[in-house]
Amino acid sequence: MNLVFEEVYKILFLLVPVLVSVAMIVWLDRRVWAFVQKRQGPNVVGPFGLLQSLADALKFIFKEIIIPASSNKIIFILAPIITMTLALIAWAVIPFGEEQVLANINVGILYIFAVSSLGVYGIIMGGWASNSKYPFLGSIRSAAQMVSYEVSIGIIIINVLLCVGSLNLSDIVLAQQNIWFIIPLFPMFVIFFISSLAETNRPPFDLPEAEAELVAGYQTEYSGMMYAMFWLGEYANILLMCALGSILFLGGWLSPIDLYPFNLIPGAVWLILKILLLFILFALVKAVVPRYRYDQLMRLGWKIFLPFSLTYVVLTASYLFYFNLLPTL
Amino acid sequence: MVAHAIFFYVFSIIAVISAIMVTVSKNTVHSVFFLILDFISISCLFIMIGAEFLGMIMLIVYVGAVAVLFLFVVMMLNVAQQKNQWFNSETTTSSHIPVGLIISTIIFFELIIVVGGWKYKPELSNPNTNQMFNEISNTHSLGQVLYTDYIHIFQISGMILLIAMIGAIVLTFRKREGVKTQSYLKQISRERSEGIEVLEVPSNKGVKIDD
Repeated sequence: MNLVFEEVYKILFLLVPVLVSVAMIVWLDRRVWAFVQKRQGPNVVGPFGLLQSLADALKFIFKEIIIPASSNKIIFILAPIITMTLALIAWAVIPFGEEQVLANINVGILYIFAVSSLGVYGIIMGGWASNSKYPFLGSIRSAAQMVSYEVSIGIIIINVLLCVGSLNLSDIVLAQQNIWFIIPLFPMFVIFFISSLAETNRPPFDLPEAEAELVAGYQTEYSGMMYAMFWLGEYANILLMCALGSILFLGGWLSPIDLYPFNLIPGAVWLILKILLLFILFALVKAVVPRYRYDQLMRLGWKIFLPFSLTYVVLTASYLFYFNLLPTL
Repeated sequence: MVAHAIFFYVFSIIAVISAIMVTVSKNTVHSVFFLILDFISISCLFIMIGAEFLGMIMLIVYVGAVAVLFLFVVMMLNVAQQKNQWFNSETTTSSHIPVGLIISTIIFFELIIVVGGWKYKPELSNPNTNQMFNEISNTHSLGQVLYTDYIHIFQISGMILLIAMIGAIVLTFRKREGVKTQSYLKQISRERSEGIEVLEVPSNKGVKIDD
């Protein structure tokens, strides 16, 4: 029984910081977005507006949950729950340091990939169960978009795996002790970044919730806490993609310089700093680019990213094979 | 060991019940959701017997891609209406029932063969007789078998999938007339000389611009 409590304690120790940082990151997102556009952003509640997300959460909790009469009620309620659960369970395999990981499984990267590919169901279920035109169109768009960009993300991951020789996330980080993969695989990092924007429905690929044409896409009929759960799940997914990017390309918990004063800083701090760096990039992209058109989005995914990353797989494999650098067992 | 058994029974009961619900439920979209639940619990069973790679691939391929396409088709087409037409029409002229019967008989006999093999050749299902090394992870050993002993079968199955994909594209591809498409090359390579034409406009007459 003690073992169970220990596990629960560990899970809470991971999930509570993730949820709090999701709330803070919403604030950071809005702040960065505002500064780029020479506005102030949320700055009233608390110091620098830090408590804005808490105030928003309170508002969401006290709002009434409206369930449309013609909706499919069970699926309507299940959809936000699935979105949020899937966004949170993927954190189980993220390593915050050597041995500092909840579940050190052999197929960690496949697990994250599988969970993020399940994320599309929350959106489809929400859109379909609302029984309304805008949510349905938004969910169909979103599903097509996520399935398309997953393909290129998968192939980018293959590039990294060729250099590592293991599907374990800790092994992937430890393989970058000599050089971070962002240097040899820089084009793949750029494509991974853009694909993860599309995968998490961030601008410029926020077509599923394009407010000018679809009101709010699949979230149109949701209110109160259910809407907040979609929101939390979305931001937890964004954080997860940032974490995945920093593990695959930026050396995870490794310090950038392996020298005396930097070694003392715990690995988790480095990982969090890298996640924050990637997230600020996400926020900047949101502020500076206009939305893509849908056919351009599909063209970018299938006709440009997919062939390019496939070619890069061949290049990486041939390079590693020719110079006898392929990882051995 | 007890926890293992409990998890096994939970997942297999969910799998069986959701498989039954796929065929029983009235709403076709619900059927697809039950199918997804079935896939997920089967992949949990895969993970429980130690085949973690297969379990994850099952999730990625079937749940993440195939079932999404199923959902698309079921949501877009009005399958529920067609299904009701088949089952409620008094003149049961549906030609689908014999085909379904034949396929289900074949599957039934295949199941019998599988169960028989399991019963009379127990070493087939016993993983210890296979060359399994404990130091090598599941993924490595699978790769070593697939890319050495079964490389031809593996490549042939890849070719079959490729041909099926090309076939599907050819069947659905149609060139429509009068559709305005955007050509990036054309747009980028436009010059000032072909984009602008300067005309002498005679006064009181104007010019005709063909457009």
